[in-house]
Amino acid sequence: MTITVNGKPVWVAEGTTVAAALIMSDEPSRISVHGEARAPFCGMGICMECCATVNGVAHRRTCQLVCEPDMNVVTG
Amino acid sequence: MMASFDVVVVGAGPGGIAAATVAAEAGRSVCLLDSNATPGGQIWRGFRRETARNLPHGGEFLDWTARLERTGCAVWAGWEAIDRPAPGVLRLERNGEGCDIGFGRLVLATGARERFLPFPGWTLPGVMGAGGLQALVKGGLDPAGKRVVVAGSGPLLLAVAAAMASADAHVEGIYEQAPLGRLAGFGLTLLGQPGKLVEGALYRLRTLRAAYRTGSWVVRAEGQGRVERVTMTDGRRQWTLDCDWLACGFHLTPNLELPRLLGCRIAGGYADVDPLQQSSVPGVACVGELTGIGGMEKALLEGQIAGLAAVGREAQGRALTPKRKRWNRFAQRLDRAFALRPALRALATPETVVCRCEDVTHAALESRASWREARLHTRCGMGPCQGRVCGCAAEFLFGWENAAERPPVYPASVSTLAAGASADELASR
Repeated sequence: MTITVNGKPVWVAEGTTVAAALIMSDEPSRISVHGEARAPFCGMGICMECCATVNGVAHRRTCQLVCEPDMNVVTG
Repeated sequence: MMASFDVVVVGAGPGGIAAATVAAEAGRSVCLLDSNATPGGQIWRGFRRETARNLPHGGEFLDWTARLERTGCAVWAGWEAIDRPAPGVLRLERNGEGCDIGFGRLVLATGARERFLPFPGWTLPGVMGAGGLQALVKGGLDPAGKRVVVAGSGPLLLAVAAAMASADAHVEGIYEQAPLGRLAGFGLTLLGQPGKLVEGALYRLRTLRAAYRTGSWVVRAEGQGRVERVTMTDGRRQWTLDCDWLACGFHLTPNLELPRLLGCRIAGGYADVDPLQQSSVPGVACVGELTGIGGMEKALLEGQIAGLAAVGREAQGRALTPKRKRWNRFAQRLDRAFALRPALRALATPETVVCRCEDVTHAALESRASWREARLHTRCGMGPCQGRVCGCAAEFLFGWENAAERPPVYPASVSTLAAGASADELASR
């Protein structure tokens, strides 16, 4: 299936978490307070580095979330 | 109308699944909650019925999930417990929406997370937890062809390296900070648990092409916009390795937020429980990693004991306690074997970020007297992770204790916090 990360299409297998898709997309999951690019870190819902807006809902922990067709993910 | 159950279990790893299963088998109404999309916890993350048989611990996964399904236990996936608004009530959130759930007995099986320590470059994309990388790979991230350095501490490192090697990653080395002498002593004690020795040997077999070095640790990670190389040391000399990913975690630490919020007594860093897994709070049991980092076998036993106790079958629960004691001793030996060396305190430089959420540096923290003072003056631990990462680091680096817990234990939407029945309304039910 395909999801969209910051407008870029990313192909993922069924069962892939959104955080895994973010890493594959090479898009940072967020920009830190001092402007550093960050990416998923703990992989298990603890660190919040992978939080992104998914289908319009802000602050989703993407490592706890499985991709669905045409999901729209916006980071930053 | 609020859903209500005789027994609510928080956390659907082995401990939670075992507790929910035996309680439901006794005919009680049981709800098993987990913030992940599917049950399994960390050890069984991403396991599927068709493929689990050939995975490490897959047999236990198949047995327990089949047994759970037969009970008709309610499984609520994707729900995070964030607060206890009134006695006998938990407030939950999923996808920005809240809901309250009532319970007669509560079993907490919230597991453990990796302990992370700050070092220069640890915030670069491509630097992940060791268990973190494994979880992401179980979540569909393909490591094939990636050069991976595995570092930190704990038996997890070997398991992660083996999983990466099996998925065609290039494991560039496995670096364990604990000294060889301590690990050899730990290995000898495992003669009483030969299954663990075999497990370790099998993991090692799959990673034979990679060096396994004890008494060595990461000094820094560097790269343009993402990790490209890491510098390692054995305390005498330093060397550099090129890599795509650094998987680094320093053993595990229990997720005590919910036990603390509920007022459960904590002793020696773990939830303090009696032989039937009961915490200091009546009706609230704690199982698995919450009572000592001991892995799946310990969690399965403790979950069963707590589940039996929750349905009044104390004698059956007690019958399992001698077996459980062996795993308690295993957990204590793990903590001793993989205790952190003091040299790791010196990894962070003044500029190194300690609190990733708020970008608080080591320099901003070192003059502070306590966790509380650090929070008030620097915002350390005040970001969305609520100190889950930097709190453990600060405890090790500065000796600060973070004992207080305030709701919500996870960030929640305002509507969740405001919604649900009021405490007065709940009390009158």
